[in-house]
Amino acid sequence: MRTRRAVILGLGGVAGALAFTLGLGAWRSRGTAPATDPRLPLPIAEMDFTLTDQRGATVRPSDWIGRPTMIFFGFTFCPDVCPTTLSDISGWLEDLGPEADRLNVTLISVDPERDTPAVLSDYLANFDPRITGLTGPLAEVERAAAGFRAWFEKVPRDGDYTVNHTAGVFLFHPDGRFASIIDYHEDRRFAVPKIRRTIS
Amino acid sequence: MRTPILAALLSLVGLPALACETFTIGNLMIEHAWSRATIGAERPGVLYVEITNTGSADDALVGIATPVAGMPMLHETVVTDGVASMPHAMSVPVPAGQTVALAPGGYHGMLMGLTTTLKEGEGFPVTLTFRDAGEVTVPVEVLSMRAEGPDCEHAGQ
Repeated sequence: MRTRRAVILGLGGVAGALAFTLGLGAWRSRGTAPATDPRLPLPIAEMDFTLTDQRGATVRPSDWIGRPTMIFFGFTFCPDVCPTTLSDISGWLEDLGPEADRLNVTLISVDPERDTPAVLSDYLANFDPRITGLTGPLAEVERAAAGFRAWFEKVPRDGDYTVNHTAGVFLFHPDGRFASIIDYHEDRRFAVPKIRRTIS
Repeated sequence: MRTPILAALLSLVGLPALACETFTIGNLMIEHAWSRATIGAERPGVLYVEITNTGSADDALVGIATPVAGMPMLHETVVTDGVASMPHAMSVPVPAGQTVALAPGGYHGMLMGLTTTLKEGEGFPVTLTFRDAGEVTVPVEVLSMRAEGPDCEHAGQ
């Protein structure tokens, strides 16, 4: 009994020392190189938000761990960028074939006001069926965007509004580590190998 | 007056590869006018077209009009620091001896206030107004929402 307690105390001491060292490391590195680049997306495991997919199911970032993941932001009222991105992605998925089956491909709507799950469902029916769409309360979409270091802004336009948003496609390894970004409208000769490297 | 013309043009359904015909006004050649199918009429539609200026003087596309949209306008998709925005374009330059494409991810016509759902395989007219060459009306082919442009090689042209 006493030994076990000593072991626990010992472990506690080691953990404390480790935490102190890590803390000191973090404090020391603050002025020089930060541990994670604040411009890059967080690992998925560190993200925290709750959204709803086009079938009405609740989705959290932790659900994505274990599969390579491809995330992008958009909205269904956008006539040019979003269909183009979805069309590009559908083409990439076709090129990858069954290899892409285990890939989690998700659109996060930056216009949750108009993009209800039903609207997303109608819209996504026009593209590769492996693409999921997420929507939810604005605050949750904002939390999601913050994790990806993505940006969006509602802009009034001719009595209506449009949404400016980050246009790239984010790739993550199965363990949730950030892999790379595919730029808007990147040639599939470059995009498909990038995805393939993330999957394998 | 508008409706019969619209009906007549919409009845061009099935006419092969509308977007692959070439139309000319002055020194301008207009080709590949196409759009993407829309879900309903609430979302804006899009217009893409290619304009070649075979002359020696610069011109510019300054406006678009179509009976299928109450508020058509010229836009440009601009990606700055990874963020896409869609500012209005007052005009699209068509420099002498060059081809300018309104194409996915760049300049495009944004068809706001659609009067009808744009259905794949159908068509609608659009009137392009150029600063110097004037107006020309061309048929626009509605392709699928996934389309990236008309396939004119397969159309045998």
